This record gives sequence, structure tokens and C-alpha cells, in this order.
Amino acid sequence: MAYLELDRVAKQFGAQTVVDDFSLSVGKGEFISFLGPSGCGKTTTLQMIAGFLDPTRGAIRLEGKDLTAIHPAKRGLGIVFQSYALFPHMTAAENVAFGLEMRNVPRAERAERVRAALAMVGLAGYEDRHPRRMSGGQQQRVALARALVIKPSVLLLDEPLSNLDAKLREEMQIELRQIQRTIGTTTILVTHDQNEAMSLSDRIVVMSQGKIEQIGTPQETYEKPASAFVSQFLGKTNDFAGTIDRTVSPTQLVAGSWRAPAPAGLGGPVTVSVRPERIGFGDTGLSAKIITRIFQGNHWLFQCDSECGPAIVIRQNDGIAQPAEGDAVRLTWRPEDMSVRARTGA
Amino acid sequence: MSAAAEERSARAPWALTAPALMLFVGVLLIPLAMTVMLSFHDWGQYKGIEPVFILKNWHEIATDPYYAEMFWRTFRIAILTTLLTALLGAPEAYILNRMSGRWKSFFLLVILGPLLISVVARTLGWALLFGGNNGLVNKLLISLGAIRSPIPFMFTETGMVIALAHVMMPFMVLSVWAALQRLDPQIENAAMSLGAGPVTIIRRIIMPQIMPGVLSGAIIVFSLSASAFATPAIIGGRRLKVAATLAYDEFLNTLNWPLGAAVATLLLVALVLIVVGSNALIERRYAEVFR
Repeated sequence: MAYLELDRVAKQFGAQTVVDDFSLSVGKGEFISFLGPSGCGKTTTLQMIAGFLDPTRGAIRLEGKDLTAIHPAKRGLGIVFQSYALFPHMTAAENVAFGLEMRNVPRAERAERVRAALAMVGLAGYEDRHPRRMSGGQQQRVALARALVIKPSVLLLDEPLSNLDAKLREEMQIELRQIQRTIGTTTILVTHDQNEAMSLSDRIVVMSQGKIEQIGTPQETYEKPASAFVSQFLGKTNDFAGTIDRTVSPTQLVAGSWRAPAPAGLGGPVTVSVRPERIGFGDTGLSAKIITRIFQGNHWLFQCDSECGPAIVIRQNDGIAQPAEGDAVRLTWRPEDMSVRARTGA
Repeated sequence: MSAAAEERSARAPWALTAPALMLFVGVLLIPLAMTVMLSFHDWGQYKGIEPVFILKNWHEIATDPYYAEMFWRTFRIAILTTLLTALLGAPEAYILNRMSGRWKSFFLLVILGPLLISVVARTLGWALLFGGNNGLVNKLLISLGAIRSPIPFMFTETGMVIALAHVMMPFMVLSVWAALQRLDPQIENAAMSLGAGPVTIIRRIIMPQIMPGVLSGAIIVFSLSASAFATPAIIGGRRLKVAATLAYDEFLNTLNWPLGAAVATLLLVALVLIVVGSNALIERRYAEVFR
């Protein structure tokens, strides 16, 4: 049974619909990411779960109980804010202890739990520091400890890593994942960073303009994007214009001089999407010319000019000689590596 | 860098600040020093001011309980005015800060508006409303039978505190408002998500963070109220004098300039000590919030 359930949730501000028809069920202990560009409604959805906003329509249930009927202060959710929102006049330990104080946890137990929470996020010994004397990464850890110490039913993370520099962000991602695995708290992360969403989550909810584009595991959303938006938003992709040729038998999918047996159920103009790392150089296929070749250590990045428009190709640096700039090549890929969608507006 | 260039760059800040510095010395420091010196001069009804060095004026202020009463009244009024503006101004700023855009700017204008009107005009307004039997409010309440005799307002300390608090309110609201702007916009949500109710949020989270704003507002209000002249002069008149009106009267009515100078100097020194002292205390106490 679903632990946390959002049932056709919608939010309107005046005439503007920010979130529409959002349905999702989250299993206990699951790590879910809401991924999308800014303004896609992901933070609004999070705030509705937190209770800072009321949904216009739909229901949010936690273990079968209506969550929207409960005051935000009584929901027992742990929230880490983008700005951390630490209490600057309190020390790290006082910040973490605040939620326990509100729950009337006895002093001795409180001290022990605060110590344990700070130790868990690697801040043992920082109890008496004030937030403004801590680095961004440390503040972030205090915020995480403050949210986790109350043993929340759900942990909500609102772009928690976006204010950290790249290296620190990667470290925190690994740590966040480990902590979440260890304590098993159901977690929802809001992010616009696809790498973050992919490396942390069990499932990703890709959102655009207030609507869910796709819900799936990181692999599913990357390999089998449900829409053009998803394939564009999650990593780089090549879109080639192709057509289904029904005049021959069996019907064929044709993109330039690349052809393959057509997938069932489609006809007319289509878009063929292929990830750059799935394209190889072969003897037959889409003819193209290499414009630039960039060496990036573990891989080569080729920018090509093909018959169907610009294309990017990524090849592993596996020691095999690669074509040079200006070479004429043929681009080829296995039919199972592409996704084909009907082309609209063509 | 060559020695000459180094010397030039060392001199540049002095050269650039020289005009302002000279103005500062000319219109503030010199008159101030002259006032202090004046307070040590002698004065007689018929002989006028004698430029000698005596402690007569200071001795008179120190021994005559009339002056002690005057200074206590001044500071009592200033403290009560400060408390009143803090009690009303801090919540006012908080409510203002929570309003939505259009109303916020409208009410901010309403609060700042009085600053554009002369203090004298504003205080005379109070006199028109409450001044004796002819005051509008008093007339109305008496004719309605709500009161028998006019509400005592003119020539009372209460009246002076109310009128001063009205004049000083914008300074407190602005000061608290500035402190509120530094608050993390999510801070209340953060406290709420941890289980805090509205009262706890204000008491434990908001109050400690805007306290420096309240206190710096209090310093401004206190020093302006203690040295205020127009409001006490109109509400208190000759009957209820404070230090500023006392100094004025010594200068312009009794013509005893040296005594007036001594009163003014004492007021200045007392204010500077109080303001500098409390400022140092606040900065030490709230070092973490100020950072």
C-alpha cells in the first residue's frame, strides 16, 4: 500500500494553474525526486505536502489519513530548505534541539539525540557553533540534522544542495544517499539538477509546466523517455527527423540514409531520439561530417553535421583510433537504442 | 611605489575629507567647545556674562533639587516614550512586513507620512484635540456626557509621552522593519515544520532576531525624546519643563547663558554616555545576530 499518496492534486493561484492533476504514490522508505526546470511546480507540490500551501483540488494522504486536514506544525515532516533557514541566534545544538523541545522530549534524551544527530551528519564537536560561523556545507548538515532528529515520517528536501559548490555537492549527494539508506526515511527531493535526481533517487518524477511528464526509475526515464521534454531534460540527446515508409514491405523507418524495420503502431513523420553515447561509427548509416572533436579524458566528444541536422556522438576512450575532424563518417545505432515518437506539427 | 607617490596617496584621504572636516569643525566642534566653556563663566543680573572660570553653574545644578527633578522628568519621559514606541512599533512593523505588496507600500507610506509634516504642526494637532475645554475630543465627550471634566492631556507627562511617541514612531518602525528584512523568508515555515505554534514562533524565533532592531530603534527614540524641544514646549509649556526647554528658557528668557550652557552640556554628556554604553552592551549581547 502506498505510504504517501498524492491524488489528482492541483494548485491554482488566481487564474494560473501551477500544479495540475498530480498523482503519485510513494512507498515507505522510497527516495523520490521531483525534477524539472524552475517554475514547473515542483516546489509548490512540496509545499503542499509540507502544508505551507493548500491544494486547490485533490487529496494528499499519509498512511491513508488525510494530510491536508492536519496543521503543518502537527504533520511531523522534516524539511530542509534551500536557504537552510537555520535559526541564526541559536547554536547548532540548539537548532537541532528545537524540534525535540516542541515535542517535550525530556532534557537528557534530547541532549543525547541532538548529539547523535550531529554526529550522524559529521558535525560532532560543532554543537556550540552559531550558524553564521559555519560554512555552507556545515549549515546544510545542521539543517539536515534538525530535520532528521524529530524522526520525521517523510523528509522533504527543497533544492538542498543548490547553494553548494560542485565538489561539495557531489560529496553531500553520496552522504545524503547513505544517511537515507541507513535510517530508511521516506524522502522527497526537489531539484532541477538531473544528475542529482538520477544519482540519489529510486524514482524520478519529471515535471514540466505543472504536469507530470514521466514517473520512473532513473534508468527508465533516461533510456525510455516518455516525451520529447523528458529526453531533452535528462542528459543530452540527438533528435533526427525521420519517416515511416509504408510503400515497401516490411515497412521501414528512414532517417537520411539510415534505415531499419519500422516499429509497430506508427506512421508518417516521426522523431528518432538517440543518446550520444549509443551512436557508433560504422560502414552504413546516417552520413555525417565531423566538425569538432573534443578530448575529455575518459571519453571523446564529437560534434557532427549529419544529413538530418547536427548530431553529438560520445565515444569511450578505449584506446581504439577515433576519426579526426573533417572526416566523413557514417553514424549508426541499434534499433533498441533509439526511441521513436510521432512528429507533431510536421 | 616611490616615496613621493606613497606620501601623496597617504595625504589624499585627508585632502579629500578636508572640506567636510572643516565644516564639521566649524559648525559643530567649535560651537560645542564654546558652549562647554560658557558653562564655566559667571553671570549676574546687572553685570551680564563674565568670562571667568568658576564652577558656580555646575554647583547650582548639582545641589538645587529643581534641576535634578527636571533631568529625572526628562529621562522618565524619554524612557516611557521609548517603551511605548517599542510596544506599538515592533508589532506594527511585523504586521506591515506580513502584508502583501500593495498594502505594504501603502501602509509604509502612512507610517512615514508624518515625517513630512512639521513636529510643531503635529503636536498642535494634539493640542487642538485635547487642549482643555475647547479641545475637540473633550468637547465631544463632555457633550455626550461621557466625561464631566476634560481629559487631562496638556501640561501632563502622560500627554507629553503620547505626543512624543506619536512623533517618534516612524523611527522605531523603520528600525524594526530593517531587522525584519534580514530574516530568512522561510524561517517561520522552518519553525512551524518542527512543531512550533504561532506564539512560540514569535517568542522564540522572531523576537530574538528583531531584538537588535528594536534596541537600535530604542536608542534613536530615547536620544531624540530626551533632547526633544518642540513637543515638550507645546504640551508641557512653562508649567512642565524638561531639560531642553529649561536650557532654552535660561538662554532666551532669563538670559543666563552660562547656566543654560551648563544644562545643555549636562544633557549632551548624559545622552552620549547612555547611548554609547547601551550600544556597546547591545553589540556584545547580540554579536551572533549582527554578524
